[in-house]
Amino acid sequence: MQKNLIKFAAGLTALGLAGAALAGPAMEATQKQPLNIPAIVMFAIFVGLTLAITYWAASRTKTASDFYTAGGGITGFQNGLAMAGDYMSAATLLGLTAMVYTSGYDAYLFMIAFFVGWPIILFLMAERLRNLGKFTFADITSYRLDQGSVRTMAAIGSLTVVCFYLIVQMVGAGQLIKLLFGLDYEVAVIAVGALMVVYVTFGGMVATTWVQIIKACLLLFGGSLITVLAFSQFGFSFNTLAAKTIELHKLKDMLFTPGTLLSDPVNAISLAMGLMFGLAGLPHILMRFFTVNNAKEARKSVLYAAGFVGFFFNVIMLMGLCAIVIVGTNPEFFEGGDLGGKIIGGGNMVAMHLAKAVGGNLLLGFLAAVAFATILAVVSGLALAGASAISHDLYARVIKKGKVSEAQEIRVSKMASFGIGLIAVVLGIAFEKQNVAFMAALAFGIAAAGNFPVLFLSMYWKNLTTRGALAAGYGGLIAAVVLVVLSKSVWVTVLGYATPIFPYDQPALFAMPFAFLLAYVFSVTDKTERAAKEREAFSDQWVRAQTGFGAAGAVSH
Amino acid sequence: MSSEMSNRIRENPKFKELVSKRERLAWTLTGIVLVLFFGLFLTVAFNPAILAIRLGDSFVTTGLAIGLFQFVLFWILTAVYVKRANSEFDSLTEQLLRESL
Repeated sequence: MQKNLIKFAAGLTALGLAGAALAGPAMEATQKQPLNIPAIVMFAIFVGLTLAITYWAASRTKTASDFYTAGGGITGFQNGLAMAGDYMSAATLLGLTAMVYTSGYDAYLFMIAFFVGWPIILFLMAERLRNLGKFTFADITSYRLDQGSVRTMAAIGSLTVVCFYLIVQMVGAGQLIKLLFGLDYEVAVIAVGALMVVYVTFGGMVATTWVQIIKACLLLFGGSLITVLAFSQFGFSFNTLAAKTIELHKLKDMLFTPGTLLSDPVNAISLAMGLMFGLAGLPHILMRFFTVNNAKEARKSVLYAAGFVGFFFNVIMLMGLCAIVIVGTNPEFFEGGDLGGKIIGGGNMVAMHLAKAVGGNLLLGFLAAVAFATILAVVSGLALAGASAISHDLYARVIKKGKVSEAQEIRVSKMASFGIGLIAVVLGIAFEKQNVAFMAALAFGIAAAGNFPVLFLSMYWKNLTTRGALAAGYGGLIAAVVLVVLSKSVWVTVLGYATPIFPYDQPALFAMPFAFLLAYVFSVTDKTERAAKEREAFSDQWVRAQTGFGAAGAVSH
Repeated sequence: MSSEMSNRIRENPKFKELVSKRERLAWTLTGIVLVLFFGLFLTVAFNPAILAIRLGDSFVTTGLAIGLFQFVLFWILTAVYVKRANSEFDSLTEQLLRESL
């Protein structure tokens, strides 16, 4: 077992080194700020509270089901909050506010694309996921297919998404914390990694869920409070606000009309598909469907999650618009007091400056603490999803073929979360000076092209066979990676070539149909006896997917 | 899980009713969401001028109004699905399982 973990770690390190070798022009490093005392105090309160919860959760985390899915005892409302928490990262808060500040309506379009995956995941997947799965989405893809190979493929898909997503979060965390709290980059990354490992190893899904819930509440509260305070300066009149923004913004009238960001139709559609179907292939989101008792609660989870996410995106829209007037006219927030110049701390700091402008240092500290909490919660969810892929899928099902005690499986998942934490810290530090924006595109691209097609077909298409699933899973993953490498974000930004070979930002429009095609071709031509059995097994799976008959139930405490 | 029970469920006419009703609702709603959403994105790409029209003498553009409308409508559609699934479909499922025991 340990040998396998070491092999896995070595593989990931190699991946990291390969990434480092691709290093190109460095991202502009953020300036370290003086220590921010209110922020640190409020963050310390958050950490103290979540550690207390972890301590409590540890006493309730005994079985594998407790560890992976909180015993299935989370309610739909709680899970909805936690899902929203998993989905709204610090990049959502800071990045999207900054995008509204500079691009106006284009950012709103982005947010609709980020939102629209939720109804789709509800209509087509939520209850089937709950009825068929137990701990990970690989349970579903491998339900009637070959356990060993299909699970391995699904686990690799999960781990790749988790790995890229984690690096983005870690690098973002380091930069942000350096800026907000005045801590060193390395110290910040190590602190995030260490806390994440503590939550996941000791508290499993129970602690991770509560960290998500608290963070989601703080984020919703903080964002709404700032928006209400800022919007009140315009008498809560959108027209007054809009008139002011149009007068001040360099886009003028174009602020509320589609701009250049999505003017290329192919690029716009590909991006929309990547964001939409990527959501349905993110392992840490999918895993949350198994933490509730039944299909009814699973559906409610999405209703609440979609409500919170949709609400928050609209709050961010207002926040960004208010910032155009409130931050954009205040020399205090510009380098050298020059209104047309650079914003102190970079564009991502717009939301922070707005907090300071409307609520002083206290609100700034609060929002900084919320941003840190947000990062912690998202990386914890990711680490747990990664650890489950290693311990439940690879170790318990593939290597041990199900012949393993629960205690042993949990021990492996704890070791795995520790390993993931270590790797996340090492890669987070290694990538400090790199532009990691492409990794977010990769994570969504792989989720949409590698994980989603196989998961979807395994639930909907009788004729999917092991061969088809493997071809689609690996084919989609490789296509997504290759297209991102050939796109502007790697080919030009990282590798320094003049023009990208693949001209679009997101690979989904091409990689996803490619995966579906592979699944089709390799399944229908599969005439083996095993394929015939797999097709036959679909009808029982169909009954369970539709009725929940035989579904993994909640464990009573 | 016994395959016999599965067979009994499958042969119950209520199973067919459940599946066809739910699939119809789920795919109709999915269709509405996809058509409206990709419709908006195609309009952005091919005829952005339509989205730049101001409503009355306010500063709200058609683009903003349509965006907000999509947020609200899509959420209402999720509520519609959850409501029907958690009452009608779930009670049908319950009957079906009871009859097939």
